[in-house]
Amino acid sequence: MRMQRLLGIFSSPKWIQAGFIAAVFVAWHVLTLSGRISSLFLPSPGAVYAALTQIVASGAVVQAIGTTLRTVLIAYVGAAVLGTTAGFAITRSQYLCRLLEPLLSGLFAIPLTLFFPLFLLFFGIGPGSKIAYGMTYAFFPIALNTISGVIHVDGKLIAAARSMGAPPHLLFRRVLLPGALPVILTGLRIGFFICFATVLGGETLSSISGLGHEVANSAQLMDSSRMFAWILVVIATSFCLVMLAGRLERLRGDLRGGESR
Amino acid sequence: MSVLTGKRSWLRTALASPAIGRLGVIAAGLLIWEGLARTVLDPEFVSPPTRILQALVTRTLADPTVLRAIGTTFWELLLAFALAVLAGTAVGVLVGAGERISRTAYPLVLMLYAVPQVTVLPLFVMFFGLGPASKVAFGFTHGIFPIMVNVIAGMRDVSPLFLRSARSMGASRMQVLRHVVLPHLVPSFFAGMRLSVAMTLLGVILAELYASIDGVGYFAHLYSESFDPAPLYALIVVLALMAVLLNELARRAELRFTWRRR
Repeated sequence: MRMQRLLGIFSSPKWIQAGFIAAVFVAWHVLTLSGRISSLFLPSPGAVYAALTQIVASGAVVQAIGTTLRTVLIAYVGAAVLGTTAGFAITRSQYLCRLLEPLLSGLFAIPLTLFFPLFLLFFGIGPGSKIAYGMTYAFFPIALNTISGVIHVDGKLIAAARSMGAPPHLLFRRVLLPGALPVILTGLRIGFFICFATVLGGETLSSISGLGHEVANSAQLMDSSRMFAWILVVIATSFCLVMLAGRLERLRGDLRGGESR
Repeated sequence: MSVLTGKRSWLRTALASPAIGRLGVIAAGLLIWEGLARTVLDPEFVSPPTRILQALVTRTLADPTVLRAIGTTFWELLLAFALAVLAGTAVGVLVGAGERISRTAYPLVLMLYAVPQVTVLPLFVMFFGLGPASKVAFGFTHGIFPIMVNVIAGMRDVSPLFLRSARSMGASRMQVLRHVVLPHLVPSFFAGMRLSVAMTLLGVILAELYASIDGVGYFAHLYSESFDPAPLYALIVVLALMAVLLNELARRAELRFTWRRR
């Protein structure tokens, strides 16, 4: 009876997931112990841990995370401001919408990574090129979602507000913005993670600082335990960001629930 | 007078149609680009469109080594995409088929999906070398996730009502899968496939730009480091056309297989 309950607890998804991650680590350990795989390809967990403590102690981790997050933040804020502004500006006229929306989504379908060499050419190897690259990439989902959010605001609401004599700025604040907000927020969220991945990508391809640079640099030096340590740092950072985004979204949901009550 | 108004209304109808207006916007953009590039901008960084076209014809398409590089990249793309579709569908159906396994594995898949894959790009190059293998592998791991996620999500949100009624009419597990779950899956599968095209392209191009000995990435580096922008832009044009072509193919496939639902 007790045994069965224990089994029940341990077969819940959370435990199986934890078990899966533990199994990966055990398999990793056993694989490196067996000596079948060169430590160049797969360093032992101990070596990676040693490298990790070393980069944390030297302050390199804090510095790299700081550089990357600063770059992401600047690029993201720029993209959010430009994207929502452009989105709202385009939706002011139906003609502009039909003219530019397909153009924007067509451009977004082309992998903009292609243009990374150009960003390097224009903005150099420092953070400038990553800011511009991340901003360009994040601009599209934000602008496109803003457009689709505003377009899909219930036309009856707009007509009602207009017929009651709402001036444009009130129409925007009381009808268009709240109506389009959920879709815009989705765009902002997608944009953030695209921005993060893009900045990391730029840093990996060609850079002098930041998380992506550290991974690529350790790889070039064939220092694989250090590279794995940096990869773990990146994974931890992105998990934290994902959880933060989830938290913010739930917070907004709670606030909205409070409002409607 | 009437001729004049006639002319003007013709112009107005032309401009009122968004498709023609769009062409106008593109043409205006190209003209401005041409003008700026010929006058103000530094020729080491920016080439006017006419010179890019010239470079495309005389250097990119006339040079067999560049052509071979473009062909290599195209094959890397197709192979990575085909593998991603096959493996992604297989894993997605397997994971999505069982209630318990999907509840366990789906969060893991989503968690992995959230990690920017570029960070492990150096690892791919170490494992698979500088040749096409690392590009195919990296494109594959990029392309498989959207398909997997969409297939699992599609299988999870089949209405329980349909499942119950199919079972109560005596359908076997396989029959439920074949006649209820798979047809339900089609739209989300194709949505995943379109995303997958874009992601595979991203993966292959990232890997090409990171390290390449005979692909497009090698030439991109060569041109940008020797401040020779015209062929670089020409190369980008070719790759962009490739992207548009693949995207269009996926869109056509989507329309072809989902038209009945509209």
